[in-house]
Amino acid sequence: MSASALAQPSLTTRLKSGLDAPICLTWELTYACNLQCVHCLSSSGQRDERELNTAEAKHVLDELRRMQVFYINIGGGEPMVRRDFFELIEYAVTPRDGADGIGVKFSTNGAFIDEANARRLAAMDYLDIQISIDGVDAATNDAVRGNGSYAMARRAMDNLSAANFGPFKISVVATRHNVSQLDQFKALADSYGAQLRLTRLRPSGRGVDTWDDLHPTQAQQREIYDWLMLHGENVLTGDSFFHLNALGDALPGLNMCGAGRVVCLIDPVGDVYACPFVIHGDFRAGNLRDSGGFSRIWRESDLFTSLREPQSAGACASCGAFDACQGGCMAAKFFTGVPLDGPDPECVIGNGVDSGTTPVAIALKPRPAADHSKPTSRVQ
Amino acid sequence: MACAVSTELTVRATHPLLAVALELHPQVALRPEPFGALAYHYGTRRLVFLKHIDMVTVARSLAEHPSLEAALAAAGIDTSRWQSFAVAFESLRASEVVRER
Repeated sequence: MSASALAQPSLTTRLKSGLDAPICLTWELTYACNLQCVHCLSSSGQRDERELNTAEAKHVLDELRRMQVFYINIGGGEPMVRRDFFELIEYAVTPRDGADGIGVKFSTNGAFIDEANARRLAAMDYLDIQISIDGVDAATNDAVRGNGSYAMARRAMDNLSAANFGPFKISVVATRHNVSQLDQFKALADSYGAQLRLTRLRPSGRGVDTWDDLHPTQAQQREIYDWLMLHGENVLTGDSFFHLNALGDALPGLNMCGAGRVVCLIDPVGDVYACPFVIHGDFRAGNLRDSGGFSRIWRESDLFTSLREPQSAGACASCGAFDACQGGCMAAKFFTGVPLDGPDPECVIGNGVDSGTTPVAIALKPRPAADHSKPTSRVQ
Repeated sequence: MACAVSTELTVRATHPLLAVALELHPQVALRPEPFGALAYHYGTRRLVFLKHIDMVTVARSLAEHPSLEAALAAAGIDTSRWQSFAVAFESLRASEVVRER
């Protein structure tokens, strides 16, 4: 981020009132996945028959290109499951009609990055890959992501490395079981010349049911904060840990919730949500197949317009840390039954739902909108 | 940092970058926004905020002028603001949004 000394409202204030187009958006290409991670944000597993087809997906890319969206995060499900995966990312990154390409960063579990695909990926520009692991050993990782998933991810990393892809990213969701491994994650990334990405666990998707077992303890929140203060400049976080800023100096990155303001989610069937962590009717702004397409949803939908209004500090108004933490994550509150102007469930000041002293009434936990889990893993 | 405020008003704009011929980096795209612009560098893949409309105007015109100073003058930027523009452009040069030509 560049700074200018010119007198202006703060950048955060400007960004909160929204931009003409997202800074970056997440696009989940499919609900199909070979894995069934217990914390999957989108409860993925099986393809949805309404998923956007190739022509529709290219139409969306054309629109994003016109809006000068510089890069997109592609995910799923497992995006490489789609037969048109390479066709779509090549379409995205290639400049056309005088307009720049759209940079792509895609998240994958690595299952389909064999030697040939690694070489194909290495030959493309404007492409970043992040391979997900949630433990530095198979036992820790596979407990969350499924049997064999650690070996699969490491094989993909080996193949990218052998193909000279360059600095790919290793993406880790911080859980109670891996916070003690932060140094080892960093060492693993360094050993590949890769960049570590550490993001916050959310109680979204199948995470609704596993949050209580997986989310870091209060002591671990401090550990994450201290570790990021030491290493944060070289570790990507998606600015997802801003709730920890109440512990002291601000972590690197934007200290705000970007939902509907600078980010959003396009799901596989074309529904547009405020962020990747709130797949629920309350946060659905529209569908790409509606007239006006994405730009109308981004610029005019009632939901996004309301998210860009000044937000109430609610129960946090009297807390001295509010400016630092902004009340935390909207999705984390919503799926734990906390009112949206209440304290983050992981409030580091001790007003979270687990503290037993939270100043707000907790509602029934909402269920995510769409469950595409495979039948065997669906909660009965 | 401590007591610069009282002297700032009388400081002349003498930043060395003012004399330098600059241009937008060819791999940078600017996207207009209400506050200024987003600059995206396709090479470094970094996103940078230009936090004032005037910064955007000057950045776009850099290549047409023999120096940053000339670009500021042509854009009608008051000389009292040149120092802060120079500092801001120094930061943009460090992130390769603009470069010497």
